[in-house]
Amino acid sequence: MTRALINVPATAKRGDIIEIKTLISHPMESGYRVGTNGVPIPRDIITLFSCVYNGEEIFRAELSPAIAANPFLAFFAIARDSGTLAFHWSGDNGFAVTETAAITVE
Amino acid sequence: MKLLLKVALFGFTSGAGLASILAATAEIPAEERRSGYEFLSRDTKAIQDDETANPGMLAVLDGEVLWKRTEGAAGKSCAGCHGDARASMKAVAARYPAVDHALGRPIDIEQRINRCRTEQQQAPPLLFESGELLALTAYVAHQSKGQPIAIADDPKTRPFIDVGREIFERRQGQLNLSCAQCHDDNWGQHLGGAPIPQAHPTGYPLYRLEWQSLGSLRRRLRNCLIGMRAETYPNEAPEIVDLELYLAWRARGLAVETPAVRP
Repeated sequence: MTRALINVPATAKRGDIIEIKTLISHPMESGYRVGTNGVPIPRDIITLFSCVYNGEEIFRAELSPAIAANPFLAFFAIARDSGTLAFHWSGDNGFAVTETAAITVE
Repeated sequence: MKLLLKVALFGFTSGAGLASILAATAEIPAEERRSGYEFLSRDTKAIQDDETANPGMLAVLDGEVLWKRTEGAAGKSCAGCHGDARASMKAVAARYPAVDHALGRPIDIEQRINRCRTEQQQAPPLLFESGELLALTAYVAHQSKGQPIAIADDPKTRPFIDVGREIFERRQGQLNLSCAQCHDDNWGQHLGGAPIPQAHPTGYPLYRLEWQSLGSLRRRLRNCLIGMRAETYPNEAPEIVDLELYLAWRARGLAVETPAVRP
């Protein structure tokens, strides 16, 4: 079960700087570890995260094997218009998750 | 191995020193009892406090799904009998481990869930430390968040608390240490750079940053025992539950924090 937790303020004033926090469940297996049976554990990580605000990409991060499990990413944006924030995570083994959050700008 | 010995010797010779090790202090008085949370850095506290940043909450959400899922030959879900966990499971974790009347001995929440599975749902028990058992336990225990730990101190429970206390105070392993030597006598001091907490099981299952996952109190106890170079207990051993019971009784009055975050 992949789960994501998104924390976006439901409302903001136009021009406000808002903090956006995201957390997703993922093992972030580095590919450098060896299992108890001596066999290397294949790499399984999220490689790319992006946040799209009303169709415009406002934040993007490339993730590497050194990032711990369940990556937590927080960043800031300026609240311009009411609408939708879409969050995309993609990675090894066809991993792809999209979550959305609505924001009302007054 | 050499490093471990050095760490142990460092503990003996620094801080309070040999005198306090030899003159064992008694149980921590109620006004000095502090959750492991109090020993955290500001950053780690912030992870635990924000429910959208606390990775333990991912397991709690998984647990909510499992709570409603029909399992086993009886075709029942947890919710089928217990209804809304927010009401039915409130404060339950605060009084566990608790004596099971049929068994005549204490069981912890993991064992309670597995007994429900085998007897009521007629489903196979979940493996200890499996994602599903951790998630269900975290979901159940989360319903007691903020409730003070209140273990029954009655004639049925007392003998098992005493056994747990005996294990806690017994020297064991190649380093010849007892749990009490660190957690009763030297809490607040440092071991290899990390503060020694009072060992109150307030937030299990908890998310340990070192594990990069949720883990049970059994796993934490196993960690400590391996660090002492002592023999660990099998998951079903009665001693491990007696020790869990004593730890919970010793933490009475502290609030449940599940899912806690620890370094």
